[in-house]
Amino acid sequence: MVTGKKTYRVLIAKPGLDGHDRGAKVIVRALRDAGFEVIYTGIRQTPEMIAEAALQEDVDAVGLSLLSGAHMTLFPQVAGLLKKKGLKGVLLFGGGIIPDEDVPALKKKGVHQVFGPGTPLSIIVAYLQENLPRARGK
Amino acid sequence: MRAGSKSSAEALAAAVRAGNRRSLARALSLLINEAPESDVLLQRFFPESGRAHKIGLSGPPGAGKSTLCGRLISHFRGQGLKVGVLAVDPTSPLTGGAFLGDRLRVQEHVSDPGVFMRSLGTRGMVGGVSQTIYGAIHALEAASFSKIIVETVGTGQDEVTIAKVADTVAYVTTPQLGDEIQAMKAGAMEIGDVFVVNKADLGGKDKAVSDLRSALSLGRGREKMPWDPPVVAASAMTGEGVPELGKILESHWEYLKSSGEGRARLSVQHQEELSLYISRRLYQRALDRVTRDDLKRMLEHRSDPVAVARRILKPGRG
Repeated sequence: MVTGKKTYRVLIAKPGLDGHDRGAKVIVRALRDAGFEVIYTGIRQTPEMIAEAALQEDVDAVGLSLLSGAHMTLFPQVAGLLKKKGLKGVLLFGGGIIPDEDVPALKKKGVHQVFGPGTPLSIIVAYLQENLPRARGK
Repeated sequence: MRAGSKSSAEALAAAVRAGNRRSLARALSLLINEAPESDVLLQRFFPESGRAHKIGLSGPPGAGKSTLCGRLISHFRGQGLKVGVLAVDPTSPLTGGAFLGDRLRVQEHVSDPGVFMRSLGTRGMVGGVSQTIYGAIHALEAASFSKIIVETVGTGQDEVTIAKVADTVAYVTTPQLGDEIQAMKAGAMEIGDVFVVNKADLGGKDKAVSDLRSALSLGRGREKMPWDPPVVAASAMTGEGVPELGKILESHWEYLKSSGEGRARLSVQHQEELSLYISRRLYQRALDRVTRDDLKRMLEHRSDPVAVARRILKPGRG
């Protein structure tokens, strides 16, 4: 009789100065309901705070939400700090107001996937369910 | 367990002792998930058990436990003490998912190397904490944290497991949550070593403090108690009352160390840890023996839960 399976942990964070976190909270809620343990950092986090929280919580994925336009600076900084702290297997994804033409550059800098406005929640949940076991190599 | 994973667990335990934060984070996950490596880690860390002062923060949802936790971290950091935090939030019994929201209230300490915080889901445990909290505590003790704050889920009237986890329980409540009669009820109100009337900035604190004191005094005879649980008004928002609470927590720790009570409590903690370990392992081992055929036979009414359970639990089986 099967009684348990691995519970994946996801950190949802809002880097930068914009304080609009309804989107982040919607994602938190959707992931919680899909069976993830979700840790929310709150707004106005520096990349260092996000990477350190990811380390202490030993999460499997980090999701960044950003609406202010600073994603080209902040997302790669988070990616770099995660690497520096030895969190290589952590899946980094992002969402918010991010122009399509920025996505390839972000992917090159360590952001695994980017979700634009209007992405159905089920797509994000399915993305994590599919990619998490692979990212951890288990 | 493979030999490789045993030696890698040994290496991990050594790295945790040496203060490596990434290793501590990994060790905590292995312990919390009851991974195969967790037994070795537990055995390596257990000799540190009792070294740190474990403070339980308990109380109803929304009483301000997390914000107060942030204040206490600042207080202890001001004294140069290393603080570990284990914050428990509820796991959904329906989906297994959880929203762990305690980090939101302690943001300012995130990058402080003298602080380490881990959020945990209850994962099916009733009582306000999680089954594997003891292992997590031992890991923090081995990593030389001298104050370990365990924040329970928002508790109800009978969720009191924290009393078997922490050395000192601070029960956090707020004004206008009830009168003296509420404070007289059994359960949660019995486990506090100190009572905090939080949100003192809201008003009504004097009445709440006096109701609590009055209810607590009813259980006291004429003889002097070795420790009389104090009631303190505080505001996690403004910081009012926090230094006083810090002093009370410290004097309770001194009391525990100087009387036999500290060792008595540690022994209760060890008993509860052992009991949880045994029950989890036995339960899992028993469930592993349930076959598809058992389930099918029950469905066809050719067997029943009693018969299946008796067969599985019969002694002398592998």
